[in-house]
Amino acid sequence: MGLGQWIEIGRLDELGRLDTPVHRLDARAKVITTLVFIVVVMSFPRYEVSALMPFFLYPIALIALGRIPAGCILRKILLAAPFALVIGMFNPLLDHQTAAKVGVWNISGGWLSFASIMLRFVLTVSAALTLIACTGIHRLGAGLERMCAPRVFVVQLLFLYRYLFVVADEGTRMMRSLELRSAGPRSLRLRVYGSLVGHLLLRSMDRADRVYRAMVARGFSGEIRVLRQTSLRWTDWAFTGGWTAFFVAARIWNLADGIGRLFTKGAS
Amino acid sequence: MSHHIVEVRDLHFAYPDGTEALQSVSFRITHGEAVALIGANGAGKSTLLLHLNGYLTPTRGEVRIGEMPLVRETAAAARRAVGMVFQDPDDQLFMPTVFEDVAFGPLNAGLPAAEVERHVTSALERVGMAHLKDRPPYKLSAGEKRAVAIATVLAMSPDVLVMDEPSSHLDPRGRRRLIGLLQSFEHTKIIATHDLELVVEVCSRVIVLDDGRVVAEGPTVELLNDEALMLAHGLERPHSLRHLHPH
Repeated sequence: MGLGQWIEIGRLDELGRLDTPVHRLDARAKVITTLVFIVVVMSFPRYEVSALMPFFLYPIALIALGRIPAGCILRKILLAAPFALVIGMFNPLLDHQTAAKVGVWNISGGWLSFASIMLRFVLTVSAALTLIACTGIHRLGAGLERMCAPRVFVVQLLFLYRYLFVVADEGTRMMRSLELRSAGPRSLRLRVYGSLVGHLLLRSMDRADRVYRAMVARGFSGEIRVLRQTSLRWTDWAFTGGWTAFFVAARIWNLADGIGRLFTKGAS
Repeated sequence: MSHHIVEVRDLHFAYPDGTEALQSVSFRITHGEAVALIGANGAGKSTLLLHLNGYLTPTRGEVRIGEMPLVRETAAAARRAVGMVFQDPDDQLFMPTVFEDVAFGPLNAGLPAAEVERHVTSALERVGMAHLKDRPPYKLSAGEKRAVAIATVLAMSPDVLVMDEPSSHLDPRGRRRLIGLLQSFEHTKIIATHDLELVVEVCSRVIVLDDGRVVAEGPTVELLNDEALMLAHGLERPHSLRHLHPH
């Protein structure tokens, strides 16, 4: 499987065009809810693991209601996982103090904080990805602009996204021609890759220039305008309000713990 | 005021690296004319086209659209008057759906929403692509992309249509459709192309460029029939003109 299929950036764009109750929500409602989600998840103390579990409800609910294939989101999380791994991997080596006990096993604080980092990573990245998948980058950009985000920032974001396709396209074509002309997998040398990357940069810049030229020809003046301006409805308020209430509740009380106690109490 | 006239006077242009791309180019194209710009690769066709909407600024000489000289201050008006269809439709289509792409120009012109919808719908119907309006442009076939790229320009109601290699990458049917479409436009047309058969069918006048200069200008059939001229400038006499009687 090639890298392009793993990234499949076009896929998120397609998903953004689906028409489900989640997609119909105003972009602003989803942006704010996701931001609250990320802030709350990040605010937990570093050894926290169990209290994070209820937060999976949010991305899972969005994926289910938005009819987004979970595999697509999972693959992208895996792709970004090395970054979080590098951040967390020294914790188990440096922090040997026992922080918890499961049966006869002593769990060190290092492993606990490592698990916490990985959980937070999966939670926040999946929330951000589902946000894009159930909104579409352009509606997201328009929403951000209406929330008074600086226009320069929004336009940069949209261009970054648009040129991602351009570079990926160029890269795929170059890799194909490289594969066709190289005798076997062993013939690739670092020097060849260097030249390849350099060419990719130059070609992408050329193409970016042509795209910009086409935009200018159609009167582009630094502002991306969209046709449909949606207004906030009660469902948007309910969505943001409801989830925020849930996040705050899950932050104050350890819901996983509470449910666990409820069950064990019932059993004993 | 009519913008249908395009006039280029003593145009010189050198790229920043010193390459003289255009030297003393002059011509005048009047209302409703269809003119082909032909010449070998690197003759300066695309460079010349980029001057017609003010993307490049001449080092000497001037371009006039209608009655107004094309300078920095008038570039915005000129870009509304001169619709440009670029060589690679992938460069031209950058919005998430066909509809939004066609709406990009009218929205930038500041038209109200209802008016934008009307322009977009009629432009897409004009090129026969209304059924594709909700599709993402990068998933279309080459012929569909070309047609949509033309619609993006038509939606801005330009007076002059400028096209760079409109028939490249098209299959014969797509090319035939394109020729029909071009013949149906009443706009002033400037077409840079290597497709000389298309020139015979669509354009009444031809300008031959070589090495940044205009080397010949005149009625299509007369010029393209001049075998010596064609060969001298990297072109050839179109097959269809060799036969007085159709097959």
